[in-house]
Amino acid sequence: MTMLLEASGLYGGYGGVDILNGTNLTVGDDEIVVIVGPNGAGKSTAMKAVFGLLHVRQGHVRYRGDDITNARPEQMVRRGIAYVPQEHNVFPSMSVRENLEMGAYLMSGDISARMERVFGLFPKLRERRHQQAGLMSGGERQMVAMGRALMIEPSLLMLDEPTAGLSPLLIDETFERIREIRDLGIGVLMVEQNAKQALAIADRGYVLATGRNRYEDTGPNLLANQEVAEMFLGG
Amino acid sequence: MNEIVQLLIYGVVLGSILTMGAIGVSMIFGILRFAHFAHGDFMTLGAYIGLAFISAFGLSPWWALPSGMIGMAAVAVLIDKVLYQRIRRTQPVILLISSFGMALVIRAAVQLIWGSDNQSYAKGIQFPWRLDILGGLRIKPDHVWIVLIAFALVVAVHLFLTRTKMGKAMRAMSDNMDLALITGIPAERVITWTWVIGGGLAAAAGVFLGIDTRLYPVMGWTALLPVFAAAILGGIGRPYGAIAGGMVIGIAMEMSTLVIPAAYKPAVAFAIMVVMLVVRPQGLFKGTL
Ligand SMILES: Nc1ncnc2c1ncn2[C@@H]1O[C@H](COP(=O)(O)OP(=O)(O)OP(=O)(O)O)[C@@H](O)[C@H]1O
Ligand SMILES: [Mg+2]
Repeated sequence: MTMLLEASGLYGGYGGVDILNGTNLTVGDDEIVVIVGPNGAGKSTAMKAVFGLLHVRQGHVRYRGDDITNARPEQMVRRGIAYVPQEHNVFPSMSVRENLEMGAYLMSGDISARMERVFGLFPKLRERRHQQAGLMSGGERQMVAMGRALMIEPSLLMLDEPTAGLSPLLIDETFERIREIRDLGIGVLMVEQNAKQALAIADRGYVLATGRNRYEDTGPNLLANQEVAEMFLGG
Repeated sequence: MNEIVQLLIYGVVLGSILTMGAIGVSMIFGILRFAHFAHGDFMTLGAYIGLAFISAFGLSPWWALPSGMIGMAAVAVLIDKVLYQRIRRTQPVILLISSFGMALVIRAAVQLIWGSDNQSYAKGIQFPWRLDILGGLRIKPDHVWIVLIAFALVVAVHLFLTRTKMGKAMRAMSDNMDLALITGIPAERVITWTWVIGGGLAAAAGVFLGIDTRLYPVMGWTALLPVFAAAILGGIGRPYGAIAGGMVIGIAMEMSTLVIPAAYKPAVAFAIMVVMLVVRPQGLFKGTL
């Protein structure tokens, strides 16, 4: 069976120094896959490499069996891959509505139905649609960022720390939304610092350290793994 | 009092002209991340393209505006493809210095083609209207047209930036370049449109300058300093700030002649720019610098 996303043996980094040292990742059609690991492990770097923002020196990224290694971001979007970076993930001077419109830039035809679906998932965004994104709270901005990515109705949604800096209540809510997104048949690949909670909703998880896979298993198994818990999940 | 109002009127006229240049400088900085030093010479070339068009077809001076704008928009896109696009991925300072070189090339070309003598769109002088208010004001019809057309162009740019998909993509790119890329916004297309608008508006500024006074090969180069001052004052990378910046600089330059010789007008723009950079480098409105 071909996976939705299959990244194998990725090497690459910044300025000649490899950060990824043979990273492997797979995501199936409707599963949530979580990457956890210490700061600086290369989690964000792995996401960038998959999305073509970082040159992959060695290794392959395949999407539905097609080789998309080092493809341009525009190609990724056209194929149905949407990516929400860890930081600076909205257009701050633009309204919520305009942020969503930009998300659908490459989509032809009427986008109001797409926007309605995003509003359905995040009703708060409908209320705030005329507000400038840069003036919103962290939680609201994160919704705008996810909403923007969902405008292409992706098959694969890549989220880099979607709950960073959110209150516990908002973290729960965000994970709930991510499950709903998965239930729509969208594969989710996400990096998370709130590792325990993330693994609890994950179908599968990876523990990344120094750009290598240290552990990979189902979410519950990783949570139950004594070593993983001690080394990476803070006991 | 009369003199102040008269200078205020001149200031608004100059401000309208500077605004046309400053919007382009600001947009180019916002999207391409470099200070476009050839912008003054874009103004000059646009004015001369208009002149060539009306003299070739024997048209009235105002035809210089649309023909100059269209011609300069095309030349700006061409210059981008030939020069700037090749060095897009280098550092901003390389682009800045290249644009300085491009400024020299354009100025030399203008001199070569049209000569260094002063030229004008219309023969003869225009008599101003005299208004019997505030002890008598003189208003030139051309000035009224310059302000009205500049206002219409500002409204057009505003509508473009807020109502069209391409205009919004432009704002998105200047807001967050990386995210625009990730979103799949076609950067090169947006950049082409930026040059179309920047080049077109620069030509409008040049034609206005030519209508207000005369055409000469360094007309735009001398206007570059106040144009930059306006863009910086407005918060570089913010086209809307450029409008306010243009007006403030234009009015300040004209008003300054009340107290200092008119030859120091550019120095006033320079002084405001320096003070602004020291006190509030982000501009009146938060810039992206
Ligand atoms: N643009 C960059 N240029 C140079 N080095 C970078 C760059 N971005 C990240 N790095 C380095 O690459 C390594 C991995 O960074 P990365 O952002 O992938 O880590 P991460 O696992 O996402 O960490 P965090 O949990 O802090 O987000 C770090 O040592 C970091 O300093
Ligand atoms: Mg990270």
